[in-house]
Amino acid sequence: MKTLEDLEKKINSELTTKINNTEIKHNQIYIETDKEDILDIVIFLKTNQDTKFRQLVDITVVDYPEQNQRFEVVYLFLSHEFNQRLIVKYLIGENEVIPSLTSIFPSANWMEREVFDMYGVSFKDHPDLRRILTDYGFEGHPLRKDFPLTGHSEVRYSEDQKKVISEPVKLEQNYRNFDYESPWEGTKYIKEEIANNDKKN
Amino acid sequence: MTKKIKNLNLNFGPQHPAAHGVLRLILELDGEVVEKADPHIGLLHRGTEKLIENKTYMQAVPYFDRLDYVAPMNQEHAFALAVEKILKIDVPIRAQYIRVIFCEIGRILSHILNVTTQALDVGALTPSLWGFEERETLMTFYERASGSRLHANYFRAGGVHQDLPKGLEEDIAKFCETFPKIINDLESLLTDNRIFKQRNVDIGVVTKEDALDYSFSGVMIRGSGVPWDLRKSQPYDCYESLDFKIPVGKNGDCYDRYLCRIEEMKESVSIIKQCLAKMEKGPIKSLDGKISPPPKAEIKQSMEALIHHFKLFTEGYRVPKDEIYTAVEAPKGEFGVYLISDGSSKPYKCKIRAPGFSHLQSMDYLIKGHMLADVPAVLGSLDIVFGEVDR
Repeated sequence: MKTLEDLEKKINSELTTKINNTEIKHNQIYIETDKEDILDIVIFLKTNQDTKFRQLVDITVVDYPEQNQRFEVVYLFLSHEFNQRLIVKYLIGENEVIPSLTSIFPSANWMEREVFDMYGVSFKDHPDLRRILTDYGFEGHPLRKDFPLTGHSEVRYSEDQKKVISEPVKLEQNYRNFDYESPWEGTKYIKEEIANNDKKN
Repeated sequence: MTKKIKNLNLNFGPQHPAAHGVLRLILELDGEVVEKADPHIGLLHRGTEKLIENKTYMQAVPYFDRLDYVAPMNQEHAFALAVEKILKIDVPIRAQYIRVIFCEIGRILSHILNVTTQALDVGALTPSLWGFEERETLMTFYERASGSRLHANYFRAGGVHQDLPKGLEEDIAKFCETFPKIINDLESLLTDNRIFKQRNVDIGVVTKEDALDYSFSGVMIRGSGVPWDLRKSQPYDCYESLDFKIPVGKNGDCYDRYLCRIEEMKESVSIIKQCLAKMEKGPIKSLDGKISPPPKAEIKQSMEALIHHFKLFTEGYRVPKDEIYTAVEAPKGEFGVYLISDGSSKPYKCKIRAPGFSHLQSMDYLIKGHMLADVPAVLGSLDIVFGEVDR
């Protein structure tokens, strides 16, 4: 498809039931869908003569801990032929297992391993779902928003035991997160106080 | 009588000079033939993405230097472009030229390192000695512009941190005159060298189809004959107004990738020359005081400048809620930033797409059936830097 608008129309007409929403911004097309339809959509995008999204650029997850469906899975595609970029997204809950793309794109292998490592999202039919970036024997999923920046354990060489050991993190000073928000726009607690006072009066 | 033969498992790295950093490669060998390769990465994982989520947009820039530390400014460029697109700010033309010059210097830095160390891996020592002398010159350019040889922290959303010092433009122009001779010297040592060719021709062949399936980019995809370069196909900054060619390989083997890198260095020199010729005096960063900090002298005089300075270096600027994926053609391939902002002064999420990650992933596919001695040759031609693979 020559333009993104044509592509949007094409996708909407071919995959009507599977697409929840499409949007064009920043010269890219964003598609929202559901977990069940992702494989069909990806196969369509890869093989159709008018789309030809032959390359999977990246897979990632965004964590919104306050939402009911906590994780948003994001797939980035690139079509060399039509010089277009496309982003497919869907929401899942915390313990949901999602389909793996490894049978369609071999490069999904490590990308999914990274998502599994960083967010703890499991993939169905993945050939080799191991941790990839974190240390051997690491616990937890570092990129989740509830994982502390300083981590839980630290590693050092113990002279007594003559080996590398892992201990809980001990910091001289805790990580400090300062509130830099402009006071003249009213910080949250001040706004709440004012609102409460208004109610009383 | 039958004898049972067991395959040998071999640990290649993480402390091996040809592993190009901290790669632990577990090889399954049948005699001298590699049956399976399982790369273990993450030994240099520093949690860059997590750290960026906890820093303001300006404080996030130095982390990008530490990804592919061979060509630091190319990474900063991707992040700066992403923020600029969300903020919808224009970059002054002089800043665009400066950024392109330093990105091309980064490309030369990276390609010199790769070509010469690849030669080192297959047994030629001299190229690396010659090449590193030139890298040193280039790094002094980095130092004169930004104050540090490697971790520049020079690009900002809306331009660059400061203008080029006096005399630097002339010195870069001088370098552009002398450097092509060095490339020719390197080529005279390698291109027709019998040993170099024996070690690289027809080794690690990637077909067009597989290059697409394995998410290859940069030289890895161009070496296989796909004419794809983001500087041409999705131009950013002033690349549109520059005239340069995209070298493409034919066979997709290690030797073609080496040739592509050599040609790209020549093109980079020509790009730098064009930029220097077109560059005029002018502002080097966005004039919007809410985004780029005021000059030091102004802070002493103007109350507004003082407030801007204080706010920018405590709270930082706020970026409206949006999401974007921006990619640049880094020396190693498509380097992308998937940025989600939530209206505060810190990114909500910043996913870094490193080209080396998908290249290294294909190690098993590339090396299967090759001899053990080909492992360093293939690894060298993948152009792996662990800063970006492990993030």
